[in-house]
Amino acid sequence: MSAPQHLPVGREAGYPDPDPGRSLTERPRHPVLSFERAGLTFPTGTTALKDIDFDVLPGEFVTVVGPSGCGKSTLLRVASGLQTITDGDVRVATEKIGYVFQDATLLPWRSVRRNVELLAEIAGVPAAERAQRAADAIDLVGLTGFEQHYPRALSGGMRMRVSLARSLVRDPQLFLFDEPFGALDEITRERLNDELSSIFSLRRFTGLFITHSVAEAVYLGTRVIVMSGRPGTIRADIRIPESHPRDPDFRFSKEFAEVTSQVAHHLREGHSA
Amino acid sequence: MSASSSTRQTLLRRRRGRVNWVAPLLVLLIAIAIAYLVSYLVLEPSRQFLLPPPHQVIAVFFDPATLSDIAVGLSRTALVAALGLAAAIIIGMAWAIAMSQARWVEDSLFPYAVILQCIPILALVPLIGFWFGYDLPARIVVCVMISLFPIVSNTLFGLRSTDPGQRDLFLLEKSSRWGRLWRLELPAAMPAVFAGLRIAAGLTIVGAIVGDFFFSRGTPGLGSLISTYQSRLQSPQLFAAIIAASLFGVLVFFAFGWLGRRVVGHWYDF
Repeated sequence: MSAPQHLPVGREAGYPDPDPGRSLTERPRHPVLSFERAGLTFPTGTTALKDIDFDVLPGEFVTVVGPSGCGKSTLLRVASGLQTITDGDVRVATEKIGYVFQDATLLPWRSVRRNVELLAEIAGVPAAERAQRAADAIDLVGLTGFEQHYPRALSGGMRMRVSLARSLVRDPQLFLFDEPFGALDEITRERLNDELSSIFSLRRFTGLFITHSVAEAVYLGTRVIVMSGRPGTIRADIRIPESHPRDPDFRFSKEFAEVTSQVAHHLREGHSA
Repeated sequence: MSASSSTRQTLLRRRRGRVNWVAPLLVLLIAIAIAYLVSYLVLEPSRQFLLPPPHQVIAVFFDPATLSDIAVGLSRTALVAALGLAAAIIIGMAWAIAMSQARWVEDSLFPYAVILQCIPILALVPLIGFWFGYDLPARIVVCVMISLFPIVSNTLFGLRSTDPGQRDLFLLEKSSRWGRLWRLELPAAMPAVFAGLRIAAGLTIVGAIVGDFFFSRGTPGLGSLISTYQSRLQSPQLFAAIIAASLFGVLVFFAFGWLGRRVVGHWYDF
């Protein structure tokens, strides 16, 4: 677990970067997101999160893996501001937050293009700029040619790509993912993991990715956080030195196998505790 | 939309494409045969007016004088029904939108929507005449009262049919309440709204004809014509007027179905 990095965070602290031309390593490494002994107890008395303490630094892609019901989705809702905590502190150093839900949550009456434009439209981005950004995002997720299709004509994987593009249009600095590929078949999921990895290396946002798949967590993360449930606590925090975009063959490497078994070990330990 | 529901919708569409016209036509022919049977063999000639032979009813449609009476009556009924439906749409949707925006509005107003649905409107019609006169406004009020509930309840149901993820999305982007209503809740409500409209449109025709039975002033429509024919025992004309009213009802039902498919058909199997 990384020691709480201090703060101040936010615009005063120099992030977002006034000089985006500099490389990431030169930037002041203030956390984009930091949990400080954060806890959440619902009015019913259930403790969903306890002593959550970690920072996410600019350019990191942190994956959180844990059994269902361990509070990992709640962790993401806390990070996005949809849920407020009852103990400790959570700081987010940017307003530009992207959120990809478990379901694609597309609006079925809008075409792909209009779905991708939605968030920019709500934010009041002028039509011409919106259209340009939407076209770029659609291109990035590989859906060029499908702009006029309606969600019901798309496969589950394609809907997820639209959902991804919709958030990309807002150019998020902190990108939150709530098990986005959990409902997809393994082949589609692996392909989307590869594409997400290349989008990540292109756009260089900071990611927090929730999953219940150990393989996905290890493949995508620059860091894997292992959680256990009831109440949701952090079991382990493992760094993965592999670079993005990932080489698909990373899945078959010795390093991958080692980290995977390490994560699985922590998960089992958390389960028996 | 889950994969299974879209599969189901495809099946429904395929089923709808293969409409079988033969079976209902056969039923119609049997009904006509029974009508002839009753008219000529069961009823004494002096009581044949109770069920005139079908060809006499059809002949009415080729009698210019009666046909123009029916056409004028129908056009007035249609006007009353259209004005009533328009008013019901405006009032009903505003009512439902108000209820969807605040819990306390729903708590205080929804019971009255239910009560409106439960009271027999016919019992109120004399009172409506008393209050609004026996002219066009009273007829319109009857139409509004009879068709309001399906619009209110379907619109409210539709506005509430958004899923939590979609609402979170708007919340995260800090959308205004109006933005959410305009971009999320109203479009999501449209299939339910059109289902309600189809029901309301049928009811509003009932309201326009019922109004005629009670209110004699102003523009007498199909209802007045029906009571005239009935009192004169002109039964072929009476049947013709009833058939005209029914065909109009069917036409309106299909028209709203068509309109609904035009508006939401690209994303919802209406």
